[in-house]
Amino acid sequence: MSEATENSGESLAVRLAGLLETVPYMSFLGMQAELAGDEMTGRLPFAPHLVGNPMLPALHGGVIGAFLEMTAVCQLWLLEPHRRLPRAIDVTIEYLRPGRPLAVHARANVRKVGRRIANVHVEAWQEARDLPVAFLSGHFMLSPPAADSAAP
Amino acid sequence: MSAKPDTLPDMVTRMTRGTPQSSALGLRPMSAEAGVACMAVAWRADLVGDPHSGVIAGGVITTLLDQTCGMAVASLAEAENRLTGLATLDLRIDYMRGAELGREIIARAHCYKLTSSIGFVRAAAFEDDEANPIATAQATFALAPPPAPK
Repeated sequence: MSEATENSGESLAVRLAGLLETVPYMSFLGMQAELAGDEMTGRLPFAPHLVGNPMLPALHGGVIGAFLEMTAVCQLWLLEPHRRLPRAIDVTIEYLRPGRPLAVHARANVRKVGRRIANVHVEAWQEARDLPVAFLSGHFMLSPPAADSAAP
Repeated sequence: MSAKPDTLPDMVTRMTRGTPQSSALGLRPMSAEAGVACMAVAWRADLVGDPHSGVIAGGVITTLLDQTCGMAVASLAEAENRLTGLATLDLRIDYMRGAELGREIIARAHCYKLTSSIGFVRAAAFEDDEANPIATAQATFALAPPPAPK
């Protein structure tokens, strides 16, 4: 749609794919992401090691929370892909339904970006977006703008 | 029900080892008593969340805290002989600082109230001093209703 952004959609998508490969924990989860313009949809394909309750079976609540957090981090990073990854300050995760042994999708809504801190809400669903599995709301610390490596 | 009753640490070890994600992370149950559980996770290269710093991912701590909080609720419910299924309702985590590189992280969770259906839990994650936490958590868990009498 709009090609007027500084980073073309394609190069952002390439950078995002590179990020997902370079963060070991994202590979550990098997997280993927798709871009539509600057809006990202995180995708977590089902894998047996993500299960928390083998009797149901259901995905581990921690995995769903972590995936929501990573989706927020990636969406914020896309705003400033030259900076280092934002870090979570606090997150609240609400669990609405057990995560079934299927792929999970997540979309982040960046509510506010300040100079240092951003507020983000994330929603996760499986088969239908109007049947959410979990929500996350949280604050994230943005990395300083200078492309230096001294930042904490 | 169970022919041979476990001790609480046995039960927590069995439940954690039987959880594929906990095994994949290498979560190590340390101790359990009625309402209190401790568990640890070792630093591992494939669990790093920021390749620039090498710090373990916040998501690993999220799962460690969720699992440890759940085990604190389970151990209290088991001590009261009413453990059924457990589901996380709500988990809030405050991240105070990055974990120290290469060090094991311990989580300690305390279920300070268990009603007929809800467990309320507080937890902290730290390297060796609970007063210097990496992260703290507050969670609520739903306890499944007891099975209908046959």
